Amino acid sequence: MLKRVHFRRSYLPYLLVLPQIVITLVFFIWPALQALYQSLLIEDAFGLSYEFVWFENFIALFQDGSYLYSFKITIIFSAAVTFSAMALGLCFATMADRVIRGSSIYKTLLVWPYAVAPALAGALWAFMFDPTLGIISSFLKSIGYDWDHRLDGTDAMILIVIAATWKQISYNFLFFLAGLQAIPKSLTEAAAIDGAGPFKRFWTILFPLLSPTTFFLMVVNVVYAFFETFGIVHAVTDGGPSNSTSILVYKVYKDGFINLDLGSSAAQSVILMVIVISLTVFQFRYIEKKVQY
Amino acid sequence: MRTRKTTLAAATAATTLLLASPALAQTEVQWWHAMGGSLGELLENITDGFNASQDDYVVNPVYKGEYNETMTGAIAAFRAGEQPHIVQIFEVGTATMMAAEGAIRPVYEVMENSEIEFNPDAYLPAVTGYYTTTEGDMLSMPFNSSTPVMFYNKDAFEEAGLDPEAPPRTWPELEEASQALLDAGYECGFTTGWPSWVQLENFSALHNVPFVSGANGFASTDIEALFNSDLHKKHIGKMVEWQESGVFSYGGRYSDSRPKFVSGECAMYTDSSANRASLVAGIEDFEFGMAMLPYWPDAEGAPQNSIIGGASLWVLEGHPDEEYEAVAAFFEYLSSPEVQAEWHQKSGYLPITQAAFELTQEQGYYEENPGADVSVKQMNLNEPTENSKGLRIGNFLQIRDIINEELEAAFSGDKSASDALDEAVERANGELEKFHRQNN
Repeated sequence: MLKRVHFRRSYLPYLLVLPQIVITLVFFIWPALQALYQSLLIEDAFGLSYEFVWFENFIALFQDGSYLYSFKITIIFSAAVTFSAMALGLCFATMADRVIRGSSIYKTLLVWPYAVAPALAGALWAFMFDPTLGIISSFLKSIGYDWDHRLDGTDAMILIVIAATWKQISYNFLFFLAGLQAIPKSLTEAAAIDGAGPFKRFWTILFPLLSPTTFFLMVVNVVYAFFETFGIVHAVTDGGPSNSTSILVYKVYKDGFINLDLGSSAAQSVILMVIVISLTVFQFRYIEKKVQY
Repeated sequence: MRTRKTTLAAATAATTLLLASPALAQTEVQWWHAMGGSLGELLENITDGFNASQDDYVVNPVYKGEYNETMTGAIAAFRAGEQPHIVQIFEVGTATMMAAEGAIRPVYEVMENSEIEFNPDAYLPAVTGYYTTTEGDMLSMPFNSSTPVMFYNKDAFEEAGLDPEAPPRTWPELEEASQALLDAGYECGFTTGWPSWVQLENFSALHNVPFVSGANGFASTDIEALFNSDLHKKHIGKMVEWQESGVFSYGGRYSDSRPKFVSGECAMYTDSSANRASLVAGIEDFEFGMAMLPYWPDAEGAPQNSIIGGASLWVLEGHPDEEYEAVAAFFEYLSSPEVQAEWHQKSGYLPITQAAFELTQEQGYYEENPGADVSVKQMNLNEPTENSKGLRIGNFLQIRDIINEELEAAFSGDKSASDALDEAVERANGELEKFHRQNN
C-alpha cells in the first residue's frame, strides 16, 4: 500500500508567484479589459463625450471591405515571414554548424540584424529599394523589372516580407544553432559510416531531432509577424499602396494612434487578441502532437 | 495613481523653479510644436527673441515629433490633465480641434480677454479663412501655412525646346510640354507630392467646385463628400492616362516624390511651396523655376485661389487666466511683420499678414529670389469663395488615407478613375457620418 503524501498547507508558494500575478494583472489583464470596454464605445478624441454602442464597432469592421482585405494579407504576410525567416535561419544555422575556422565571426555577423530596431530595418530596405534612388531597384531595372513599391501592391508586400524576414533570421538562427549543437555528433557520424549522405543525414536525423526547436520558433515567429512588424510597415510603405500592406496590427496602430478612432482600434485589438489566442491554442493542441521531445 | 502623478508634477515643478530661480516672477508658457531640423532652430530663434524682448513671460518650445505625433501627444496630455498652453496642429486636425469645445480656447477669446489690440483683418484672408468660423471668429493662430505650387526644371525645358520663362499655365499646356520633354528623352513629365491635397483638395478650390457639402464643411458637420464630380473624374482620369504614357509618374503619398524632380527624372513637380528652401539647397545640377498650379481652361471659375496646408497654433484650456495673457503677448509678437517676414523668407512658408508680405517686398527679397512670391500671388488670385476658403472636415486624416488608397488603385490600373473616386466618396461619407455622430 502506498503511503499518502501530505503537504503542509503553506502560503509560501502563493507569495512567490504573487509578483508575477500582480504584473500580469496590471500590465496585461487590466489593459485587455480596458480595450474590451473601449471597443464598445464611440468616443471623440479628447474624451469629452462618448456613447455606449454595444457591438457596433465590431459589426462596422466586418462590413468594411478593407478590414476583411487586411485579414487576407495578414495571413499571407505572416505565413511568408514565418516560413522564409525559419527556412533561412535553419539554412544558416546548418552551415555555421559545419564551419570550424572563424565560426564566431560568422555567428556574430548573422546575429547582428537582430539588434536593429524594426523601424530602422524597414528604412534600410526601403532605401535600397527606393524606385528612384535605390541600388537594388536600379539593378532590377537594368535586368528589365520595373520595381515600384509605391504603386505596385505585390512589390510592396515582397518588400515588407523581406524587411521583416531579414530582422527575424538572426533569432531563428541562434535557436537552430543551439538546437543543432545539442544533438550528439555520434548520431550523424554513425549514419555517415552507414553510408548516408549529408541530405539524408539532415532530413532523417537532424531535422526530426530539431522538432521541439522548430515548434517553439514557429509559435514565436507567428507572434512576431502578427505583433512586432508594424514598425517595419510604418517605415516602408505606410500600409500602402492602396492598402495592400496594411496588415492587422498596422491598422490597429493607425486607426488608434494616428486617426484617433479609439473605438474601432480597440475593437480591432480585441479581435487580434482572439486570433492570436486561438492560433496559439491550435498550435499547442494539434501541431505539438507531432513534436518529439 | 493620481496622487503619484501630482507628486511627480510637484517635484518637476519644484526642480524647474529651482533651476529658473532668477525668472521666478515670470509666467511660463509651454509650446508643443512639430518643427524638426532647421525649421525647429528657426522657431527657437523666434521664441528666444520673444523671451528677450520682455521680462514678464517665458515661452518654452518643446519638439514633440511629427505633426500627427504632436497632435496625439497633446490629446493624450489633455486626457491626463497635463496639456501645454499652445500646440501646433496641422490643418488636417482643424475640424477635430474645433469640435473639441471645452478643450480649446479660441484665439479671438484669448486676445479679447487680454489688453492687446487685435485686428483679424491684418491677416491674409486666404490663410485665416481656414481657421475662422463662418461668423469670422478666429479659432487658432495661423503660423506655418503653405500652398502647393509647381516647380519646373528650366534646363530640361530648354533642352526640349520649350521656353524656360513660360511654364505651362493649364493642364493641356502641361501635357504638351511633357510630350516635348518625353520626346527629348526625359523619363517623365511631372510628378506630384501629397496627391490628395494637391490634385483633389486644391484642385477643387482652384476650379471653384466644392470638395464636401455644407460650405466645404464650415457650416456643419452633417456633410457629404463631393469630390467625384465630372470635373474631378476628368482630371484623375487624365492623370491615369498620363501615368500610362509617362507624362505623369506617381511618386508616393507625401513628399517622397521629390527625388524624382531633384534627380532630373521628372521635369515638373507640384508640391508645397515650403519645399522651396530645401530645393534651393539640394539642387546643383540645374536651375529650377516656380509657377502657379495648372488648371483646366474649359472649367468655369478657374483659376480661383488655391488653399493652404501646414499648421496653426491652438490654445488649450485648463490653465490659470494670467497664463493666457502670456499667450496673447506671444501671439502678438509672432504676428509682427518683422518676425513673420523672417519666418516666411527663411522657411518658404507663406507670410500670414499683409504687412509681412509688404515688408518682404520692400526688402527686395522677391527680386533676389524670383518665384518666392508665386505662392502668395496664387493665394491672393481672387477673393476666396465658399469653395476656395478652405476645408473643414472631420476624420480628415482617414479620408485622406482613403483618397490616397483609391488614387493608388487608379494609377496602378486596378480601377478606373471614375470607380476609384466613387468608392473614395462612399468610404469618406462613412467617416464623415462617424465624425458627426462622435461630436453630436
